Amino acid sequence: VIMADLMQPFWQGGPSPGLFYEYPGKWSSDVASPSDARNRTSQPTVTGTSVLGLKFTGGVIIAADTLGSYGSMARFRNVSRVMKVNDSTILSAAGDYADFQFIKAEIEQMVIDEEVLNDGFFMSPGAVHSWMTRMLYHRRSKFDPLWNSVTVAGFYNGESFLGSVDKIGIAFKSASVASGFGAYLAQPLMRKAIEDNGDNLSYEKARHVIEECLKVLYYRDARSYNRYEIAVVTKDGVKIEKPSSSKPDWNVANVVRGFE
Amino acid sequence: MAVEFDGGVVIGADSRTTSGAYIANRVTDKLTPIHDRIFCCRSGSAADTQAIADAVAANVELDGIVMGGLPSVKKAAEIFRQYCYDYRDNLTAGIIVAGWDPKQGGQVYTIPLGGMLIRQQFSIGGSGSTYIYGHVDATFKENMTKDECIQFCTNALSLAINRDGSSGGVVRLAVITKEGVERKVILGNDLPRFYEG
Repeated sequence: VIMADLMQPFWQGGPSPGLFYEYPGKWSSDVASPSDARNRTSQPTVTGTSVLGLKFTGGVIIAADTLGSYGSMARFRNVSRVMKVNDSTILSAAGDYADFQFIKAEIEQMVIDEEVLNDGFFMSPGAVHSWMTRMLYHRRSKFDPLWNSVTVAGFYNGESFLGSVDKIGIAFKSASVASGFGAYLAQPLMRKAIEDNGDNLSYEKARHVIEECLKVLYYRDARSYNRYEIAVVTKDGVKIEKPSSSKPDWNVANVVRGFE
Repeated sequence: MAVEFDGGVVIGADSRTTSGAYIANRVTDKLTPIHDRIFCCRSGSAADTQAIADAVAANVELDGIVMGGLPSVKKAAEIFRQYCYDYRDNLTAGIIVAGWDPKQGGQVYTIPLGGMLIRQQFSIGGSGSTYIYGHVDATFKENMTKDECIQFCTNALSLAINRDGSSGGVVRLAVITKEGVERKVILGNDLPRFYEG
């Protein structure tokens, strides 16, 4: 068999194959091509690092530093990665900052649309979490992810809410959540505090744990910054505090000399 | 980084060693003694630079004994260069050799990645250095005093630390003169602060 024989067209002088029916991939807009690269977030550019979340009795705390990294460069040092959704919900994101701004704009518009309906109903934190899950999973399934790890926190119907969703749509709720380096360094500290206090953390204790975790992250995460925002939700509403800083202890440096 | 002044050199470095984005050591000492009045600032692969520094220090110690008296900074730099050049395809090492010797006083020699050797009045290196080229070019003056050099280094390193994710921790300084080596540490919270917006 000569390969050239197999490469001939089926017929000549007639209609081109596939002209009269639909099939997947017929239209170039359905199929990803190199020219679509501009429409795909294939890599994040300006990114935020860890986000921490911790439930306490009567509310939830989340914390995120105010750094937008450009690769290894600390390019934007005063960036807010925490947003208020409504009086019972807050949301924070790690990962690509442009994608976070996109999510922020979408949610803010949804909140406006709700207010306009004027029926007294507003999104519960669980609803926001569900929406985020669906949104992120949908985008992942189109190979065009929003490159974020989103943390949703709130206080609704007398109960604290804390949930996490990541860029591939993995979603869950937990008493403590942490993204990025926080998952390795902060999560164990937060879980220990929960365990030691019989699942009944006070606000003060929870706050102290979060601040300890932020200090450890500043010590050990090379993409962190010593300025962070803490947000608290309770039955009294949402409070996103002014940025503050950890007080790191560098005294151990005096003990070190050389490398042996 | 390292700066020459009349009577010696001031050398300085940050204290962060990273493995990807994890800070493996936040209090590293990157200022390594080669001889009594010769130090080197190590950047690049910690393993590569430590190995080379050890080999050079052994070599220079022998040289000091054989020749009698303090070894020349230039000789130490040449030995560094030989390693860095001959094994250039297998190394990631950016080294600044700085010190004082009786013949030529304070000297700074830079050996960047490919293994060239050049003497400079001051030199910066490492990943954080890219952020301060403009700053050092604008701020450096010839014939600075020892204290001016110390301030020059402290400010430059602080600025670099505040922008480079791979730099951080404390600023370690050493002032090398005929009299000896004076080591200083400026802890993280005591570093000079500039615009942080």
